[in-house]
Amino acid sequence: MAEATIFNAEALFNMALLTGLAVLTFGIARLRNLFGVVVLASIYSFLMATVLVVLDAVDVAMTEASVGAGVSAVLLLSALHLTRMEEAKPMRSTLLPLFVAGVTGAVLVWGTLDLPDFGDPTQPIHAAGPDYLERTVPETGIANAVTSTLASYRGFDTLGETTVIFTAGIAVLVLLKRGTRRRNPKPGEGGDAL
Amino acid sequence: MTYVFLAGLLAVLVGLALFIARALKGPTIFDRLVAANSVGVAAIVFLALFGFFTGRPEFLDIGLTYALLNIVGVFAVLKFFRYGGLGSAGEEP
Repeated sequence: MAEATIFNAEALFNMALLTGLAVLTFGIARLRNLFGVVVLASIYSFLMATVLVVLDAVDVAMTEASVGAGVSAVLLLSALHLTRMEEAKPMRSTLLPLFVAGVTGAVLVWGTLDLPDFGDPTQPIHAAGPDYLERTVPETGIANAVTSTLASYRGFDTLGETTVIFTAGIAVLVLLKRGTRRRNPKPGEGGDAL
Repeated sequence: MTYVFLAGLLAVLVGLALFIARALKGPTIFDRLVAANSVGVAAIVFLALFGFFTGRPEFLDIGLTYALLNIVGVFAVLKFFRYGGLGSAGEEP
């Protein structure tokens, strides 16, 4: 009885939170004030992190909350300083971008049809789980199986992800630093100290 | 006991809906900011209640991390309003 309550309640939470996300997405698309868009995007990230917690992906939720709601809000605010507050009216018709976005979304949904059912016990992700759970402590010495999988068993994948994020961060820093230099032409003042 | 946490979670969901409505309606940017902060707080409470609801109170630690992140966001926004950007070093001594 209690198990069934928890499962049904999780489905209910997911539906409520995903509905909130959909409503927010429309709001973000309609809003022209870019500062408001940054604020709404940060709300989106917090809701998304909550969805991920309900889906039992706590590590991804941590990343979403720290990157989405924390760092990217700060970076977007910095970028907002270099541009205008109001989004410009689109010069051409928005029908073609809407069509491209719709087709992309349809292809992504089509791709999910090929995925195994949620929680299907015959899939390798569940069938191979006990094997990894047994091996993780003797082989890696890490008690948390998620950490040992991320950092050890699929360590190269994680290294690639970290490289991508590191490169993006450096690119943003370089862009912001150039903007500061142009505003403070006097040497030795402002431009050098980031 | 489970049903107490379930009731709390549902109440937080109702609160979240109200916060989202305020964030979307505005009308000023400050309404949206307060709504965003409230969503952050509601997410923390939801996380804590959900941890107890599913029998894993360790989720409280993650809630603490969310609270710290919320503060970073507030500082960034305040600095943006005070100095017009985040690139400046702040007040000169």
